[in-house]
Amino acid sequence: MPEYQNIFTRVQIRGPLHAGVPIRRGPWVRDGQPFFSHLLGLIGNAQVGPFYLGSLGLLSLIFGFVAFEIIGLNMWASVHWNPVLFLRDLPWLALEPPAPSDGLRIPALNQGGWWLMAGFFLTSSLILWCIRTHQRARALGLGTHTTWAFASAIWLYLCLGFFRPILMGAWSEAVPFGIFPHLDWTVAFSLRCGNLYYNPFHMLSIVFLYGSVLLFAMHAATILAVSRFGGDKEVEQSLDRGTASERAALFWRWTMGFNATMESIHRWAWWFAVLTPLTGGIGILLTGTVVDNWFLWGVKHGLAPQYPLLYGHITDPAVGPGGQ
Amino acid sequence: MMRITIPGIALLGAFVIALIGVLTFERPPVDVIATGDPGTGMQVLYNPAKLTAQLAANQAPPALPPINAGPKASTVYKNVQVLGGLSTGAFTRLMVSMASWVAPQQGCGYCHVAGNFASDAKYTKVVARRMLQMTIAINSQYQDHVGAVGVTCYTCHRGQNNPSQIWFTGAVQGPGAGLAEADMGKNLPTDNADGSSLPSDPFTPYLLNDQQIRVNGDTALPTGNRSSMKQTEWTYALMMHYSTALGVSCEFCHNSRAIQDWSESTPQRVTAYYAEGMLRDLNRNYMVPLTPVFPAAMLGPTGDVAKINCATCHQGVYKPLFGAAMAQSFPALEGAAK
Repeated sequence: MPEYQNIFTRVQIRGPLHAGVPIRRGPWVRDGQPFFSHLLGLIGNAQVGPFYLGSLGLLSLIFGFVAFEIIGLNMWASVHWNPVLFLRDLPWLALEPPAPSDGLRIPALNQGGWWLMAGFFLTSSLILWCIRTHQRARALGLGTHTTWAFASAIWLYLCLGFFRPILMGAWSEAVPFGIFPHLDWTVAFSLRCGNLYYNPFHMLSIVFLYGSVLLFAMHAATILAVSRFGGDKEVEQSLDRGTASERAALFWRWTMGFNATMESIHRWAWWFAVLTPLTGGIGILLTGTVVDNWFLWGVKHGLAPQYPLLYGHITDPAVGPGGQ
Repeated sequence: MMRITIPGIALLGAFVIALIGVLTFERPPVDVIATGDPGTGMQVLYNPAKLTAQLAANQAPPALPPINAGPKASTVYKNVQVLGGLSTGAFTRLMVSMASWVAPQQGCGYCHVAGNFASDAKYTKVVARRMLQMTIAINSQYQDHVGAVGVTCYTCHRGQNNPSQIWFTGAVQGPGAGLAEADMGKNLPTDNADGSSLPSDPFTPYLLNDQQIRVNGDTALPTGNRSSMKQTEWTYALMMHYSTALGVSCEFCHNSRAIQDWSESTPQRVTAYYAEGMLRDLNRNYMVPLTPVFPAAMLGPTGDVAKINCATCHQGVYKPLFGAAMAQSFPALEGAAK
């Protein structure tokens, strides 16, 4: 009997290699001879391939590679082409957006022009890949849920690096390309706008993000727990509930009085995932454009609680008596 | 193909996690002292093991017994420009103390020409005289920062010729003719901002020049606050310097839910505010004019003089020398000689 009480998949299907269902149209056919991999079989399907690149996939990879090179070579140049420093300091290095004084103009390459160019190629690459998921899904006769979920992530990326800088009137408002620098930027963004945690759309985004994690854990746990009864055949059980589905449903009714169904749990998960960047992007667009200081906005609307002033009334020495 | 066993992977993972844990975190216990209302997360953290080491490294040396005898120093010695009003006894006591604070190895000869103590031939004497005036200015004009504790030469020097914590203006190349991205003084690891990738020289704009530190608006909706994200990163870097120089977190001064709000801040923030004006004064009016006095080898990469920031005195402690009131034993350094 297959065993599921393990961190890795214990069952590896080793049937004859297959190329998948026939597709009706398209200039590209599948590439590569499929093969089996034991290691990949531990975490997924043991069969690797065939692949499908297609013109959109090829273009996307080329655009992504150009962006990767622009960012990487500028980072390397910033340590004077020293390979050791490049590897050691890589997390600190970045390609920085233009200066505030450049506004929305296109500056010289070495003063932010490279950043704009990298942004263009990276964005093109992401959108091409997104369209590709749409075409591949359509070719297989699938719904396009993956495409729209990916589009939601691209929306947040564009809000941070494109839409909000345009609304603010300067590319300098955008995020640098770099590991630590983009994290420092994130903290600085919250510091600048008076604490992003008082932004209701940021709150929603966190709810959906943590909610996604919770739903993912609940769903995965449920399916693994009932897979000894055939519960891993979720799709079939959406239409024809077997004992696994009945037991899983009863488990949740016993523990919290309500249960999702084999179909609805996936709608919950999809919407929570999609709404995370969707609401987050709205929160970003409102920051600095419509609201300048989220803490004061929270005070104004009764959102931020007031605490007793433990140190009496501390006043700004720059404007208070005796100040400058 | 290489066989990788599951226990092998788990063992390797455990090792990596343990390595990260040991290298990243302080050894517990950590003492937590709440400094704000419950729920605000305002607290000061002390690691007893670190604190013991810090206490040992930040002890004030014993002061010589006070002497106040003899005629005025100006009537006995030549070329006494700052401390002429002291008695010769008090004057000699301070001179001997200064030698032990700043030049314990070299002694008097570090500043004075043997046989002619009145001579200004050594640049160190010219610098020392200006630093005496600076110390007196700090203790008499900046009590809103240094309080009654005050400073002495030892606060910064700690028995060394040069204070260990000084700063020079960073050599930023700026946009040149090169094709690659210009060096704008950030995105490299910098100790000046706690090892982050933030701007590496937040001192020149704020502690020498008078660039605006504040970036927050004071209204909920936009009413003309044009501070940019990049400005914010420079201010953020300066604040990380404050934090590391004093060995404290943001909550020592701020309620982090409303970092700009004075009414939610602690009194320490007001003290820190007065340091900003003080440091600009000290750097501009005491350090920068000494630039031609120093030998070229002691100047920074852009030919600028060594300058002062929070760490120069604080050296990782929220109060220099844990608040030891050294200056009280030397009334001349508090301006009593005038």
